[in-house]
Amino acid sequence: MTLTAWFALLIALGLAAWTVGALRRRSARHEAGRRFFRHPTAAWGIGVLAFFVIVAVAAPWVTSFDPREQLDIVHLKNQPPSWSYILGTDVYSRDLWSRVAFGARVSLIIGALGMLVAVTLGTLVGAVAGYYRRWVDAVLMRGVDVGLALPRIFVLLIATALFGQLPLAVLVLVIGLTSWFGTSRLVRAEVLSVRERDYVAAARAAGAGGARVIFRHVLPNAAAPIIVSAALSIGNVLLLEAALSFLGIGVRPPAPSWGNIIADGAPYLATAPWTTLFPGLAIALVVMALNAVGDALRDALDPRQQAKEST
Amino acid sequence: MTEPLLRVRDLQTYFVTERGSGTARAVDGVSFDLYPGETLGIVGESGCGKTVTSLSILRLIPEPPGHIRPGSLIEFEGRNLLTLAPAELRAIRGNQIAMVFQEPMTSLNPVFTVGDQIAEAAIIHQHLSRKAARARAIEMLTLVGIPDPAETVDHYPHQLSGGMRQRVMIAMALVCHPKVLIADEPTTALDVTIQAQILELLDRLQAELGMSVLLITHDLGVVAGQADRVVVMYAGQVVETAATTELFDRPLHPYTEGLMAAVPRIDAPKSRLQAIPGQVPAATAWPSGCRFHPRCPHAWTKCANEEPPLLEGGDGDHTARCWLVQEPGRRKPRPETE
Repeated sequence: MTLTAWFALLIALGLAAWTVGALRRRSARHEAGRRFFRHPTAAWGIGVLAFFVIVAVAAPWVTSFDPREQLDIVHLKNQPPSWSYILGTDVYSRDLWSRVAFGARVSLIIGALGMLVAVTLGTLVGAVAGYYRRWVDAVLMRGVDVGLALPRIFVLLIATALFGQLPLAVLVLVIGLTSWFGTSRLVRAEVLSVRERDYVAAARAAGAGGARVIFRHVLPNAAAPIIVSAALSIGNVLLLEAALSFLGIGVRPPAPSWGNIIADGAPYLATAPWTTLFPGLAIALVVMALNAVGDALRDALDPRQQAKEST
Repeated sequence: MTEPLLRVRDLQTYFVTERGSGTARAVDGVSFDLYPGETLGIVGESGCGKTVTSLSILRLIPEPPGHIRPGSLIEFEGRNLLTLAPAELRAIRGNQIAMVFQEPMTSLNPVFTVGDQIAEAAIIHQHLSRKAARARAIEMLTLVGIPDPAETVDHYPHQLSGGMRQRVMIAMALVCHPKVLIADEPTTALDVTIQAQILELLDRLQAELGMSVLLITHDLGVVAGQADRVVVMYAGQVVETAATTELFDRPLHPYTEGLMAAVPRIDAPKSRLQAIPGQVPAATAWPSGCRFHPRCPHAWTKCANEEPPLLEGGDGDHTARCWLVQEPGRRKPRPETE
């Protein structure tokens, strides 16, 4: 790695730490924000996420090599970590750090977009089922039961068979469309309780229609579990993407994603363990960070604790 | 007399209870009229069906388990609200007929400012812009007597006291200048002093805006002070209707008498308060005959066997669902105290 890349990496680390500090200062003004950072792992979670996001955005600057470039297939394959190649090289003599950094782009984008699709759909279905109840609820929830019973990998294999190779947008869509079932159940349960509140009756008495009541009165009051579930589901989508790419039906090499980097390195687990260890570590760190943030959010947004404050 | 604004005829709202304990006939054949500009009080103890009646008018009964039986009629300006399409009904809710709820603590949405909530009905019905809606909200806050309306408009419900919240709820209900205001126990959750202020406010606003008020309460004192006419409900039925002074001077139904005897009076210091013996029966199994007969001091065999209709007695529109109207000789003399 060049000196500038090292320097950029240091700046990325510093920027991540600064983000945590800035967030902490800003949120100290709200009781919920203070509760969030009171969680022992919340700050670390935010820090890890910030670091990976910065690395993904600044990938060309924090690395010195093209992630697809085979540097020297004869002399530089499966090199252990060194000053020039901080995470070593893979079997095609590509710089592993470059691949992990650029792979973060793909993996995080798929995670975030997949989550967005899943949470939007899950929230909509859950809210409609919980608010209208009766046959709407019965039909939608039986649909969710079916969705939960389907093995997701097979659905995705079928999608691959239909599309041949999946373009990124289709991959995101397919992952999102198969990940919303849990969220919809969660949202439905919350909506069932919120719809009985007096202010919902008051809104209906004021002449508000179904959509207005759901979006303005019910969902904002059911936001806490939705936000928590969103944080946790990025992690799940990330893992799913890794699993798919590992199986060769996700992101197509040579474009790097954390899943297919592991897939490339898997045959050399015994001789070049770093090729699987580091991308695996990246996935584990991000998923753990998301879980920590999700847990802290759950505590911070707990309505019972808010109720205690306001009285 | 002028045409009634709201006519309720033979309203039956039943709830199907779970586990087969039968159908709860919460409101069972209620009829009354609300005339323009008047205040009609609906009185009764908990469980007599007065809240269900008010919710039925706006069709806010949760279905299932509840349903309004066919044959019921709720007519507003000549239109039957029970057969209106949902969109037409929504155009009336909050616009022509508005409602103030019982609990100011839970009837405001905690995540929106009071200004947003007051403006909501105006945005729905009059399609006001955000700016105009905000101005209207401030105007409404001024109308209901909230100090610093320009500041309070941006406050969240938890920043306000109970009395202030009730004022906000009234502002919400009145933002479209409805013709009918249904106030369901508007003061029950408040201190007595705040209660008096809120009632005065309702009185003043009614005079200013010329609307009709349906005042639902269990508090005879509130009715005496506010209502022009009173409907007394018991066990899902109307048991007595009369002009307020007539009702207080000459109650016909033993239940009404019982209610009045149970209210402490400042001008009769030594009398003991009389409780009505027994409890309101379960709505799934109303007694046969007159529904009040198991608790009535005057009841005889006819009361247990035949259900009395609303019988005319006394002056003008005074009616009571009691056989005593026809056979006043059966009335037992009052025991001691008075």
